Amino acid sequence: MNVVELEGVRKTFDGGTTALVDIDLTIGEREFISLIGPSGCGKSTLLRIIANLIEPSGGVARVNGKPARQARADHDYGIVFQDAVLYDWRTVARNIGLPLELAGWDRKRRAERIAEMLDLVELGSFADHHPWQLSGGMQQRVSIARALSFDPPLLLMDEPFGALDEMTRERLNAELLRIWETSGSTIVFVTHSIAEAVFLSTRIVVMSARPGRISDVIPVDLPQPRTAATREETRFFELVTRVREALHLGSDTEQPIVEVQG
Amino acid sequence: MALSNRARSSLGRAAQLLLVLGVLWGLWEGYRWLWSTTGWTWPFVVDHSTMPHVHEILRALFQHPTSGTGSILIVQLLKAAWFTAREAIVGFAIGASVGFAIGVLLSQFRLLQRGLLPYVVASQTVPILAVAPIVVVYLGSIHVAPWFAVAVIAAYLTFFPVAINTLRGLQSIDRNALELMRSYAAGRWWILWKLRVPTALPYIFAALKVSATASIVGAIIGEAPSSIQSGLGGYIVNFNQYYTLAPQNLWATNVVAALLGIAFFLVVVGAERVLLRRAPEHVA
Repeated sequence: MNVVELEGVRKTFDGGTTALVDIDLTIGEREFISLIGPSGCGKSTLLRIIANLIEPSGGVARVNGKPARQARADHDYGIVFQDAVLYDWRTVARNIGLPLELAGWDRKRRAERIAEMLDLVELGSFADHHPWQLSGGMQQRVSIARALSFDPPLLLMDEPFGALDEMTRERLNAELLRIWETSGSTIVFVTHSIAEAVFLSTRIVVMSARPGRISDVIPVDLPQPRTAATREETRFFELVTRVREALHLGSDTEQPIVEVQG
Repeated sequence: MALSNRARSSLGRAAQLLLVLGVLWGLWEGYRWLWSTTGWTWPFVVDHSTMPHVHEILRALFQHPTSGTGSILIVQLLKAAWFTAREAIVGFAIGASVGFAIGVLLSQFRLLQRGLLPYVVASQTVPILAVAPIVVVYLGSIHVAPWFAVAVIAAYLTFFPVAINTLRGLQSIDRNALELMRSYAAGRWWILWKLRVPTALPYIFAALKVSATASIVGAIIGEAPSSIQSGLGGYIVNFNQYYTLAPQNLWATNVVAALLGIAFFLVVVGAERVLLRRAPEHVA
């Protein structure tokens, strides 16, 4: 079964700005899809349409074979934003448990799952810390643990490592791949880092701006599991070049870019 | 022997407090001395009745008041302070609850906010001295105990800052935090309880600090029209009449009232410390 199906999705904002036109995309189980493109290409908007946080102006968005709205109500996806968006007044453990509380899990079951998730993101000893006591990278790991805590089939990530330094970002990339392997979920990942997209993805969706549309879809045939050594393979560089060229083809004009929602 | 950091900091704070008190004492006595020796009369004549010596005020606390009956003044005043404190606590509790409820209600129903908020604001432009007798007479006519009428007056002063700050706090949530809640398909009551109220807590505590002292003021003012003799308000009315004879008694009462207000304030600060685990920059 397809996890995400987009057919003729369009989005025009109230002000008349056209963010997306004619988006057709199908994402299968266990895929790792990156959406990459210049600022203003509507990649974050597209992610939010899949998440049903924004309604499309036209077309159909389905998640797990259901309308996106129903999928949201059924907790079919977890989401990670660029900011970790942790609640300051909750400890790390209780932040991870937030969606479980909303889903009505009892205390004992919550505690067990929180412990598993803390192990998964290797933050076991930080359960009782508060978010402000953690580094940016650690906060983002908590955010990932929270998104995966209720075991959703789909994980949506909106530039999750965009605010982190290069070293931390590479370490978290490797960790994310490990989590992806373990959890068996499908991931849709918004980024504007070419290297990150190539390293992580099974397919890269290249988007262009004004109006936002899909200009190319590039399969990534790097073998799994990927390690630090992957970044030094010839094939890795070939793919990076391929994506870069696709991006440049998509944006042949170098006008000042009007920012449209990320 | 080296002192622990905690001990050293509380020692430092005590020293700081003493220093501030000392400076205030010096300013009072210095001003008094300068004005009485030079004979300056602006802005007011300084003499025994306008500015009694600090030591006279303190001494008055440990003497029997001029009427001569009963225990020394400080014992009487502490009893009165406890009496007033109970009115203020009940008033504070009512006012804070009502204020919180109004804030929540106004935040949830936009229409209500537009319709009701002006009246909430207007309620505070009516002088408490004009409202107090009405409340006492009205509640008295339906056989409510006078002390409770005083608590209602204290509540009247308490609810407003809490209502306004609750409303403001509930509305100041982070956009991303709200989006996260929407991704969980959380309903408005979940969002209210799990996100808006925790976000509003620092705002609410800021208001509670204002309200804590306001509730004391409300209780003291409320005692006058209710002819309650046993509270600080009763003592203030009484000593006011004999002010020219014994000004230090009124001043001594003011000192106790101020201490009561500070105590209330500190209780709220303590509660905030315990209940609010926030990033350091968020703690007011």
